[in-house]
Amino acid sequence: MKMSSMLGVALAGWLVAQVAAAEELSGTLKKVKDSGTLVMGIRESSFPLSYLDQNQKPVGYHIDICMKILDAVKGKLGLPALKVETQPVTSQNRIPLVTNGTVDLECGSTTNNTARQNQVAFAPTTYVTAVRMAVKKASGITSLTQLDGKPVATTTGTTSVQLMRANEKGKNINFKEVYGKDHADSFLMLETDRAVAFVMDDNLLLGLIASSKAPGDYAIVGETLSVEPIAIMFRKDDPQFKGLVHATVAGMGKSGELEKLYSKWFMSPIPPKGVNLAFPMGDALKAALQNPNDQPAEAYNSK
Amino acid sequence: MNYHWNWGIYFQTVQAGEETYLDWLISGLGWTLAVALTAWLIALAMGAVMGTLRTLPGRAPLAIGNAWVEVFRNVPLLVQLFLWFFVVPELLPRDLALWVKQDMPAKEFVTAAICLGLFTSARIAEQVRAGIQSLPRGQRMAALALGFTLPQAYRYVILPMAFRIIIPPLTSEFMNIFKNSSVAFAIGVLELTFQARQMQEDSEQGIETYLAVTVLYFLCAFLANRGMAFIERRTRVPGFIAAGK
Amino acid sequence: MLAGFDWSVIPASLPFLGQGLLYSLQLTVVAMTGGVIFGTLLALARLSGGPVLAGAAAVYVNTMRSIPLLMVILWFFLIIPLLTGKPMGAERSAMITFTAFEAAYYSEIMRAGIQSVSRGQVNAGYALGMTYAQTMMHIVLPQAVRNMLPVLLTQTIVLFQDTSLVYAIGAKDLLKAAEITGRNYNRPVEMYLFVAVIYFAICFSLSLLVRRLNRKIAIVR
Repeated sequence: MKMSSMLGVALAGWLVAQVAAAEELSGTLKKVKDSGTLVMGIRESSFPLSYLDQNQKPVGYHIDICMKILDAVKGKLGLPALKVETQPVTSQNRIPLVTNGTVDLECGSTTNNTARQNQVAFAPTTYVTAVRMAVKKASGITSLTQLDGKPVATTTGTTSVQLMRANEKGKNINFKEVYGKDHADSFLMLETDRAVAFVMDDNLLLGLIASSKAPGDYAIVGETLSVEPIAIMFRKDDPQFKGLVHATVAGMGKSGELEKLYSKWFMSPIPPKGVNLAFPMGDALKAALQNPNDQPAEAYNSK
Repeated sequence: MNYHWNWGIYFQTVQAGEETYLDWLISGLGWTLAVALTAWLIALAMGAVMGTLRTLPGRAPLAIGNAWVEVFRNVPLLVQLFLWFFVVPELLPRDLALWVKQDMPAKEFVTAAICLGLFTSARIAEQVRAGIQSLPRGQRMAALALGFTLPQAYRYVILPMAFRIIIPPLTSEFMNIFKNSSVAFAIGVLELTFQARQMQEDSEQGIETYLAVTVLYFLCAFLANRGMAFIERRTRVPGFIAAGK
Repeated sequence: MLAGFDWSVIPASLPFLGQGLLYSLQLTVVAMTGGVIFGTLLALARLSGGPVLAGAAAVYVNTMRSIPLLMVILWFFLIIPLLTGKPMGAERSAMITFTAFEAAYYSEIMRAGIQSVSRGQVNAGYALGMTYAQTMMHIVLPQAVRNMLPVLLTQTIVLFQDTSLVYAIGAKDLLKAAEITGRNYNRPVEMYLFVAVIYFAICFSLSLLVRRLNRKIAIVR
């Protein structure tokens, strides 16, 4: 009798603990706790936000921010030894990989827009990019309108693909689109004269040029096609994880840590070649760091 | 599982444009067919030549034929594709290279078709050689005795018979060429696999996308199989090779 | 033209290429072992299973053989986790995909191999009081594998070449390693050429081995 009542108490206690635990953790945090690993999506050539250095290790501004988020996750779960796995993603498969659960935290260079907000959630904006084009200086090209009938490179799965299509219709010009699988691929198209221009986020163009064989041969020219907030991405409908990510990133913005990281990656020499991008922070990003938010690109371009 | 099914997705318009996803799939199918069929013609022609070389008297033709087969058979298709796309133009004279890279019409398509065609030609050459060697020697001798030159003997007697013999393995090669054409996405040919990846990203409907594309590939392989069976029936030589039922 | 090339990237990139090659070989061995086992089961199901089992195995084999491997890779990596809620990394996903896919091809080879063993031997096995499983394990399969060894190995060479397709999902195989290092050193052309030579050297020597094996087996038969 005594034995069974003790068992009963133990059982009840265990049940309560289980229920409490279930209430405590949900979504990504629960998944991470259960598996003991967090999978970080990384990019191979998204300079200087997320790319591979000379030792093929992922580095960059967003990687550093993600490491801070990771520390917060470790603290929250009480798992200092949490394992991190990295999964290289491309512009095209990053959203499917986040929604299907392969990637928990995408630390790349993803534009936050309303269409994507239907599928995924974003951390507060940590970079604001302007979509422009890189050309070879020798080509003399300075504007989109000079590209009529010419091969123009961009990367599959990026907002630039849609921007170019919209521009073709609006300005009545016709590009011969050439698609690279990743930014380095698209840049290779420009470098080897398969394309006369490469339309992409300015920071990526800047980084690709800086790490190229002959940085002096290239220039970023032409009108800004769009201004877009770039952010770290994760699964949506996960308030617990979102709360943690947002608190961490907003805190870094307020404490000035993001500004420090910005100057580390944009205003100082960076791997692999030790080039300094010397790209001061724009007003839009300053505002975003003061007022952490996850507003989509549409909010930046509606004037 | 909280997946939102949407079977009407095929008829919805894409995010930045007026065409529907179905239009994307149809144009993808068109490029897949174009790459596969062009490559098939190249493969048949080069396969016949190289297979024949390997049966001719003399060492040089044999060596050329063997080298051809070994090179194209022992490097992965995807690597060959990158070689054709990224490496070969760098070896051309500057002006020609620039033309190939910028102004050659449908350059990704041409590159993919040549690459896939030559890759497959090595396999066909192997089959053609086996087909020729499996013919009774009397056929070649009879042709030569009738006063045919060696080229004529090949053109009118040996190759027509050899190709009939190898129709079954050719059938599976023909099916393979549709499947193998899927690697062309890697250099930006807008074929089915490219469209699948683009549609999944654009429409958010991964399952519907990949189901449709898989069914289309399946149909290609199936029709290729039926088409070859039809040709096998029509070209049958009465009284030869399991002719009648 | 070759004068403009800079081959110094090759020694610098060897450690990374080595890691990539190791993964390619691992993937090949895992898919071959798993594929032959699963493929043999499929072949047995088709040859001696009931109509339902045989039909299911036939549908599986023919479906896999009609779809591009690249599609199957994308299915397993992107779509199946949506349905099961159980994602896995690119490397593990590729191992499962290749095993499932290659099993269809190995099963056709094993089916031909099993059929090449004369019916009388099977009956002899039964006459000795062996069960079906014993007959297969001790009499039929050893001979089937032996007869089909050159074909099985040729399929494995094809499999090794096909592993390069995992580059589409970002698994770090030999090709991917070459691509990344080529990018890091701004020397993609040299790296693509070099990696082609590595693939050729491996596949060509294996195919010479198969040819020697073929001659040996032909004599024994």
